Amino acid sequence: MDAFIIILTGSLVAVSCALLGSFLVLRKMAMIGDAISHSVLPGIVIAFLLVGSLQSVWMIIGAGLIGVLTTFLIEFFHQKGKLQTDASIGVTFTWLFALGVILVTYYAGNAHIDQDCILHGEIAYVPIDLMYDDAGNAIGPKAVIVLSVVLALILVFITVFYKELFITTFDPDFANAIGISSARWHYLLMGLVSLTTVASFESVGAILVVALLIAPASAAYLITRDLKWMLMLSSLFGIVSSFLGYWLSYLLDGSIAGAMVTISGAIFGICYLVTVLKK
Amino acid sequence: METLIEFFSFEYPNIKYVVFGTILLSISSAVVGCFTFIKKKSLVGDVVSHAVLPGICISFLASGSKDPFLLIIGAFISGWISIVVMDAIIRNTKIKEDAATGLALSVFFGVGILLMTYIQHSGNASQSGLDTFLFGKAAALVGIDLLAFSIIAVIVLIVVFLFYKEFKLISFDPQFAKVIGLPIRRLEIVLTSITVLAVVTGIQAVGVVLMAAMLITPAAAARFWTNRLSKMLIIASVFGAFSGISGAFISYSTPSMPTGPWMVMILSIVALFSFFFAPGRGIVINQWRRFKIQQQLLEENLLKAFFKIGETNNDYFKEIEANDLRLARAFSSGQLTKGLRKLNSNGYVERVGNAWRLSKEGHDKGKRITRLHRLWELYLTKYLRIAPDHVHEDADTIEHVITPELESRLEQLLDYPTSDPHHSTIPGRN
Repeated sequence: MDAFIIILTGSLVAVSCALLGSFLVLRKMAMIGDAISHSVLPGIVIAFLLVGSLQSVWMIIGAGLIGVLTTFLIEFFHQKGKLQTDASIGVTFTWLFALGVILVTYYAGNAHIDQDCILHGEIAYVPIDLMYDDAGNAIGPKAVIVLSVVLALILVFITVFYKELFITTFDPDFANAIGISSARWHYLLMGLVSLTTVASFESVGAILVVALLIAPASAAYLITRDLKWMLMLSSLFGIVSSFLGYWLSYLLDGSIAGAMVTISGAIFGICYLVTVLKK
Repeated sequence: METLIEFFSFEYPNIKYVVFGTILLSISSAVVGCFTFIKKKSLVGDVVSHAVLPGICISFLASGSKDPFLLIIGAFISGWISIVVMDAIIRNTKIKEDAATGLALSVFFGVGILLMTYIQHSGNASQSGLDTFLFGKAAALVGIDLLAFSIIAVIVLIVVFLFYKEFKLISFDPQFAKVIGLPIRRLEIVLTSITVLAVVTGIQAVGVVLMAAMLITPAAAARFWTNRLSKMLIIASVFGAFSGISGAFISYSTPSMPTGPWMVMILSIVALFSFFFAPGRGIVINQWRRFKIQQQLLEENLLKAFFKIGETNNDYFKEIEANDLRLARAFSSGQLTKGLRKLNSNGYVERVGNAWRLSKEGHDKGKRITRLHRLWELYLTKYLRIAPDHVHEDADTIEHVITPELESRLEQLLDYPTSDPHHSTIPGRN
């Protein structure tokens, strides 16, 4: 049962990330996703100190805002300060991450988030962290419920606004010309990325989220030219990573999240070899 | 204050070592970071710093010891492999640089985490302390570790010193470097190698994630203070060293505070200050300059409108209502209020009841702008053969920046003209 819940949690994270990651990869914004996944840390710590829980509506809202703020700061230094993008990204996320680590260390007694959890999370604890209803009955593992809501949100977002996302991704100038604001969809997407990062934080940690955002999407990008296929394939790769990752971590007795990432890297490696050999 | 004196008197040899070590590490990564910054490859440092983790783990697994030199060799090799993998992905597939960067970074790190947790759970007693690579342990840099990392930092600095000219050339203009016969490939390999080495040593102090900041942030901050690479290297080193000392001091005075994150915090504060307030390139000064120019344009355009109305009325010093100005040129009402108030305080116009009247100075200035405008229109039609109905916009822009010298040249070139292409009189000099 625990194995099932862990694999389910992993799959929920992986599919959410794969869907958003496909857009990030296509929009050439993978590294902004990386930046956001680091910079939500201070937001998480501050929200935790204010509200006292890692899963609350405030946390999600706070995370969405800080993700948008990160994106905004990167753009701001790039445009107003004429700082090249790579450096702008590098300075912004390390600064916010350092702030987060300092806060974690300072309030280490209050927050039950420690440094290791920031980096790679601990998905193995998911089955024992249950959510209760008002009467005190266990409904199910907290992370599974939260992640299901997030995934549902992403699915609705992508299905309803598929056209807008499609057009702003492939031809932002044309989108602007016909009255679809590229900037708005850019920020909405970034808001969702940070939301997903926060929701996945406890189970896979900040940095491994990046791998799940980028690796399955890049692998799918290599073998298809159709956005719908890319979304489906990358989700599939995410789920496979979750299954095989659990198995690998069982074999090696290592971190589940680390193993998931290793598998998703291997899937990318296979797709890479296939494309290169075909050429 | 006491702590400060105690700290800087270096009473305890331990402090001396820590300060010395962190300064050396900070400087070597700041110097290397300047080159990756110029090559617009700052995030390579981020990739390498994540990618050394599997190397460290594998070399520990293979050797069973935490000998820093062995770990450094492992880290060096896997750091290099990550760069090769990243380049191969960019070269051979349609995947762009950003995704390749993120991919190399996160997958190598994931493998590293898997191996590290494997080592931790395997019950190997000597593994403890391996995870300091994740968050660094600047405050505990002692003995053989400090020695190993200092030696490497010094090597990095010496290599940069020896190859300064070559690195400068391949960073700014690789094409030119190739043409004059420099061995580009070999130089790139040397530069990449010292980047990896700088990262490997820096990780000891600040850890995997924040290592990127040690490379990128000093360079980005220094760039705002100078346009010369040599100065940039020195400024970045100073920023790096300063953050090293401050970080060590903070964690000395408040032992619960982590050194690495504080070093990065201080670096970032220095960088943010530079972004906003550096003279020349800072955001504040730039916005201020922009504001000043906009104000000057508004004033000159208003005076030109006054002059134009005066020209039609044949009386330059008649009272003019604000609305009449809007007929001459599309000013917003906010612009009118602001501009007229400013002109009034400068003595270019005076208020008469509800209307405004040009002063002598205002008239002269409006006349000069009009004159420049018309001279330029004439120049464009005569020398660039642009149709008279296409020259207005261009003249409207340039009239504000023509210097008296250029004015004389134009006049001479056009043979002291009296009327412009629209048959308006070009007013004479004041």
